[in-house]
Amino acid sequence: MKIRLDEVVKTFDTFRAVHGVSLDIESGELVALLGPSGSGKTTILRMVAGLEYADGGRILFGEQDATDIPVRDRGVGFVFQHYALFPHMTVAENIGFGMKVSKVRRTKAEVAGRVADLLRLVKLEGLGDRFPTQISGGQRQRVALARALAVDPKVLLLDEPFGALDANVRRDLRRWLREIHDELGITTLFVTHDQEEALDLADRVVILNEGKIVQQGTPEEVCRAPATAFVMKFLGDTNRLRATVKDGIASLDGLTLDAAGCPDGPADIYLRPGDLEWTSEGDGVAATVSRVIDRPDGRRLSVRTGSGETAELDVPPETVVAAGDRGVLRVVRMRVFAA
Amino acid sequence: MQRGKRPPRVGDNPAIRRTLIAFVLVLGALLVLAPLVVIFTQAFSLGPAGFARTIGHPDTRHAIMLTVVTALIAVPVNTVFGIAAAWAITKFDFWGRRFLLVVIEIPFSVSPIVAGVAYLFVYGLQGVFGPMLDSAGIKILFALPGIVLASMFVTAPFVVRELVPLMQAQGRDLEEAATSLGASGWRTFFSVTLPNIRWALLYGVVLCNARVMGEFGAVSVVSGNIRGQTNTLPLHVELLYHDYQTVGAFAAAAILTVLAIVTIAAKVLLERQGAGRASRPALAAPTAAPGNAK
Repeated sequence: MKIRLDEVVKTFDTFRAVHGVSLDIESGELVALLGPSGSGKTTILRMVAGLEYADGGRILFGEQDATDIPVRDRGVGFVFQHYALFPHMTVAENIGFGMKVSKVRRTKAEVAGRVADLLRLVKLEGLGDRFPTQISGGQRQRVALARALAVDPKVLLLDEPFGALDANVRRDLRRWLREIHDELGITTLFVTHDQEEALDLADRVVILNEGKIVQQGTPEEVCRAPATAFVMKFLGDTNRLRATVKDGIASLDGLTLDAAGCPDGPADIYLRPGDLEWTSEGDGVAATVSRVIDRPDGRRLSVRTGSGETAELDVPPETVVAAGDRGVLRVVRMRVFAA
Repeated sequence: MQRGKRPPRVGDNPAIRRTLIAFVLVLGALLVLAPLVVIFTQAFSLGPAGFARTIGHPDTRHAIMLTVVTALIAVPVNTVFGIAAAWAITKFDFWGRRFLLVVIEIPFSVSPIVAGVAYLFVYGLQGVFGPMLDSAGIKILFALPGIVLASMFVTAPFVVRELVPLMQAQGRDLEEAATSLGASGWRTFFSVTLPNIRWALLYGVVLCNARVMGEFGAVSVVSGNIRGQTNTLPLHVELLYHDYQTVGAFAAAAILTVLAIVTIAAKVLLERQGAGRASRPALAAPTAAPGNAK
């Protein structure tokens, strides 16, 4: 089902958590709400669910105005950050709960059959009789998902779905959630503060800051064309070098770079560690290596430029370099934002 | 590593340990155990027949009945009040939430006799509602309603106090989850909230019951101490004692003590069941394959 947010506002006491957010989520799309804590992403998710009421604006499910439909009747599947599994019920009872309390009458056998199907879907066959305390965090997450799916929701909402899990489990579950989504085709909205998770999983990423959408687009769009310095910084490691722009040309330590569209005046040049190359001579910014950091997938140099700014860059692992070496930073690609 | 005499762990000096344990044991025996033993030896000093005779006295039987009836009214009412108050305090945001919690705890710190006197001034003939109630023919003081009210005042915090920390720790997630799955408010309460607070709730009820049955100060002011009419068991014990009916007094006291011991036993059992903790005892080791989502 298509979801539409139209100028949605939410204020807590005096704090405005969400400022007029408008967003369209196409039917069957998998969308990530990405932002730092306090950016309003969870509040938006809870408003879509009906767990929080919007103070202004409308939330539409398809053509229907869902703004005032209570959570109970809204038909959403919500997966809580800490799963919120009922501790006194078994895994099977947890999954069957929504069907048991539903206005649609089902026989015991129907419920049991559907629970078995869902257990198979989330790869937890045979664990139906366990209690939530007796299974691992990743398994609990999957039970929570099965429980939310059991009521055939129009939309699936996940609040920091993998936040409480360790890195390996998180990666596995991410792949698996993507597979489930592709299999069921259910419109899915999830909240995360982890850029890697959002980029890895979502069809479209909505980046929020201070209760507003700062950019939305496919992972490619937000990565290749970040709209603001905030997006640039938030999506990954960045170096910032100060420069001045005049007539669309940025000058940086004697180096001139194309800065079309950037207003004249002081500007910041943002570069990812992979956007710089290390050479012994040539065009570029003169720098001295202050530290060499070895990692399994490469080598990272921490350098200090002639004007005293620090930067980090990735070089191939076989590069011969040591702290104290002097050389030149060659700029492969960069983005300029007015300071 | 050097073997032999190692320095004791912090706070584990043998001399201090022995002295402290001995001190606590002796004091415990003197303060708690000895009086209990005296109660039972005195109660049975005329043999079981004498015990039965004193217990069988109509005034004593009436006092027991009155105590039980008081508990049967006060405990359920306070239980409902406790759940409602704990729910309001932990699940809603409203102005004066903390203040309410403080108000509910006042009976813990106020002397019960103060409560009794206060009730006298509210419902007594010279009191605020007294004349009105009197003209309507409703008798609160020196009757069952007064005794129940005073008992309820004294025990109001017990259930709330047990529930608030637990419900605060549990947050609203479970209720939100149940509601998002389509459960009604009642359904959510009975199949999600209540099962998760049941042990703490029972624990609070047990403590509340013990206090209702044993309450002396507040009840003694509002009941008027009318023998065979408004005397609860603790008041009856005092009355018998002042009448120099030592055996009778101790027999009645023994009954109160037995009630108390049953309560303590129930409390210990409930604590084993995990009252105050949300988790269920694990029946099997958790499976160690979190990443098998292939």
